[in-house]
Amino acid sequence: MMSMEKAVQSNGQNDTTMKSLMNKGTFSTAMQKYAMFIALILIAIFFQVLTDGVLLAPMNISKLIMQNSYILILAIGMLPCILTGDIDLSVGSVVAAIGAIAGTLIISKGMSVGAAVIACLAIGLLIGAWQGFWVAFVRVPAFIVTLAGMLIFRGLTMVILDGNTLSPFPDSYQFVAQKFLQDIPLFASIPYSTMIIGVILAAVCVWLEVHAYRQKVQYGIPVGSKGTLLVKNALIVFVCLFATYWLSQFKGLPLILILLAFLIAVYSFICNKTVFGRRVYALGGNENATRLSGIKTKWVRFIVFVNMGLMAAVAGLVFSARLNCAAPSAGLMFELDAIAACYIGGASATGGIGTIVGAIVGGLVMGTLNNGMSIMGIGIDWQQMIKGLVLLAAVAFDIYNQSKK
Amino acid sequence: MPKVLLEMKDIVKEFPGNVRALDRVNIQVEEGSIHALVGENGAGKSTLMNVLSGIYPYGSYEGEICYDGEECRFNTIRDSERKGIVIIHQELALIPYLSVMENIFLGNEKQSHGIINWEVCRAEAMKLMQRVGLDDLPDVPVNKLGVGKQQLIEIAKALSKDVRLLILDEPTASLNDDDSEKLLNLILELREKMGVTAIIISHKLNEVTRISDKITVIRDGRTIETLVKGVDEITEDRIIKGMVGREITNRYPPREDTPIGSTCLEIKDWTVYSPYVAGKLMVDHVSFHVKKGEVVGIAGLMGAGRTELAMSLFGKAYGRNISGQVFKDGKEVRLNCVADAINSGIAYVTEDRKGQGLVLMESIRENISLPTLSRLATRGVINAHKEVKVAEDYMQRLHIKAPGIFQKTGNLSGGNQQKVMLARWIYADPDVLILDEPTRGIDVGAKYEIYCIINELAKKGKSVIVISSELPEVLGVSDRIYVMNEGRFVGELSREEASQESVMRCIMESSDSQAV
Repeated sequence: MMSMEKAVQSNGQNDTTMKSLMNKGTFSTAMQKYAMFIALILIAIFFQVLTDGVLLAPMNISKLIMQNSYILILAIGMLPCILTGDIDLSVGSVVAAIGAIAGTLIISKGMSVGAAVIACLAIGLLIGAWQGFWVAFVRVPAFIVTLAGMLIFRGLTMVILDGNTLSPFPDSYQFVAQKFLQDIPLFASIPYSTMIIGVILAAVCVWLEVHAYRQKVQYGIPVGSKGTLLVKNALIVFVCLFATYWLSQFKGLPLILILLAFLIAVYSFICNKTVFGRRVYALGGNENATRLSGIKTKWVRFIVFVNMGLMAAVAGLVFSARLNCAAPSAGLMFELDAIAACYIGGASATGGIGTIVGAIVGGLVMGTLNNGMSIMGIGIDWQQMIKGLVLLAAVAFDIYNQSKK
Repeated sequence: MPKVLLEMKDIVKEFPGNVRALDRVNIQVEEGSIHALVGENGAGKSTLMNVLSGIYPYGSYEGEICYDGEECRFNTIRDSERKGIVIIHQELALIPYLSVMENIFLGNEKQSHGIINWEVCRAEAMKLMQRVGLDDLPDVPVNKLGVGKQQLIEIAKALSKDVRLLILDEPTASLNDDDSEKLLNLILELREKMGVTAIIISHKLNEVTRISDKITVIRDGRTIETLVKGVDEITEDRIIKGMVGREITNRYPPREDTPIGSTCLEIKDWTVYSPYVAGKLMVDHVSFHVKKGEVVGIAGLMGAGRTELAMSLFGKAYGRNISGQVFKDGKEVRLNCVADAINSGIAYVTEDRKGQGLVLMESIRENISLPTLSRLATRGVINAHKEVKVAEDYMQRLHIKAPGIFQKTGNLSGGNQQKVMLARWIYADPDVLILDEPTRGIDVGAKYEIYCIINELAKKGKSVIVISSELPEVLGVSDRIYVMNEGRFVGELSREEASQESVMRCIMESSDSQAV
């Protein structure tokens, strides 16, 4: 009747310009997506050269993974907190408290390892629920609730341990954190068991990639060319096979890596594919809009914190098992490493943006820097400064990229 | 021949990605005149003013700006302000917790050696406030004042900078008729008494035709024409023709005679208190109903309590101590949270697209499916295929213009954002759809499409409640109109009885009786 045709017309003109904008957008988002991954590779090469090949030696790689596993587990729990626009400063103290509780139950009280682990995970959930209650339902800012938690649980650790360090844990407790695939009798009997897992992993990854590609084509979602898919898959196969081959040169697959891979897969799935994950992102993007869409934002936030408690408990178990002791000062500053991992991995401080894989890459950047500098004999003082600068540079780079659009 | 104060010649402004926002725009503003700038959303009005005020610095655009007889090359807002060019943006730039006086002199403090002389500030502020007709104390925090008064503070702030050319971007968009009138009179008065030249960007054509001496129409980044009062015919239809490029015969699609069914939603004695101010009644014993296939309008001034009424109905999303009864299809329902309301077949499309409506950093697809995710999922895992199909389907049906469903909603124009919100709630398939200011700040073409969507919904037997501050809109789309004032329903008018006069009469009479 009136300007509708006209409106369609004028928008037709805009379409081409918008499309070119979009292409540019996808390129820069791709750059952002892989920038930190590329940075990780460059850092690794850099230290590989400076350490005369020690950094990427099979033994050191195993060590690097085991050393950083608990930070990475914390980062997996931290990312959803950061997505909802919150933060958890208490996880370092929770790690210590869980270690102390496990030590007391197993070493002092003689409880079985299995029961103690379950008890510790339950306590982790409780701690998360405690903090989630204050953040979500009383609406005390997460920064304050978890700052209080940092003091509360550090204090609790000291009360439980009475200032002492408890050790040693039984072998079975240390198993996941310290052992390798070959240490399991079943796998020890199979030659090349690590390599076989590598092959299976590569096959699964390729299948998932191809499946996702086909689905995208089917739904008419824009995809890259088949060539890039091929290159990507070739790269995946190479990385899987080479990594497992490389690890098998030392003692094989560290068990903790299997746990870590499992957690990464599960949490990536939750974030990307599930209703709950989408709600977490939406809540961080616009809380009011999410609430007015009938989503119980308080409960979403509460569950995110409960999960953080659980992850902190897992990290606490792994850390105490790896060190084979429960110490009052365990886990100091872990929260900062976990938060930094998320930010370096591209999470937004205002919420709504970030990925699990990004946080893992961020954690590995920090871990590689630590490890490389340690091998070179650079003191902890310089390490701290350099890590600080990397965090600042990574976030500044992100913000620069976004403002450029 | 009056002196030309400002001339912008062949202004071209491009954004990255080859988007030409301004394409050889020319505009001449005479000293002491009121010059209106009109055009659809995205036509380039605000971009032009940003070029003029130095927000886009010299060098980022092509063309020439002549002001007061000399060529100007502004690099920052400060440069243009020094010349007496002050821009007041649509979103007011006041600091809510600071006082009127502090806001007026923000960035321009009366100081020596970095120490503020508050006595001078106060005296000056009082003078300025008097000039714009504000009788509050200079120490009142601005968040205690209404939007109308805040707009006046912005003007006082401009006056403190010795303004010669005042640019107002949609100054009356969020004002009620009364406050708009005051503001427009003030602009006329400033011109009379102080010779302040003004450029006004506005969608409200009745205001534009009333106060401006010249009207420049911009379309797709080009100047189409400049109408001069007394020379050209200036009517709203004439301006709209220039804006959209063709004559508009009807601004509202005709309401077809669709049968109106049984009562779908009935509210009795709905009462809501403010969650912020203890004991303040926001909605006062309101009763109303809406039938199947009926479009009901709620008219009223800003602050009448319409949004508060709608949001409190929508699962108590607003308010405290809510009482009253809700009947859906004759049965009483209790709506204690938003999910309850949605499950009972009620949807509310907010007036605040960016603040409460969309997740701007997420895509069209994600925004459409937000309230209905569980419907698109099996055992908590989203069916991506279904979600994409739904989004594409609705993008087509509602004519959402975007490169694709993966476009971030933050990059869309206001009209398309509004359509994304409509798509979201239409897909939720409610029986009652409450639309709060569904066309605020969007262009004429998109408005028409939204009116068509409203008719379409009614035809399908949905009940639609339209809340709008624009009286012609309420009159144009509704079958029946409730008039709300100061938290109460003060009138109910059928389509035949309703006119701008009858609605205003309801409001005025109720305010009078309140005063007695």
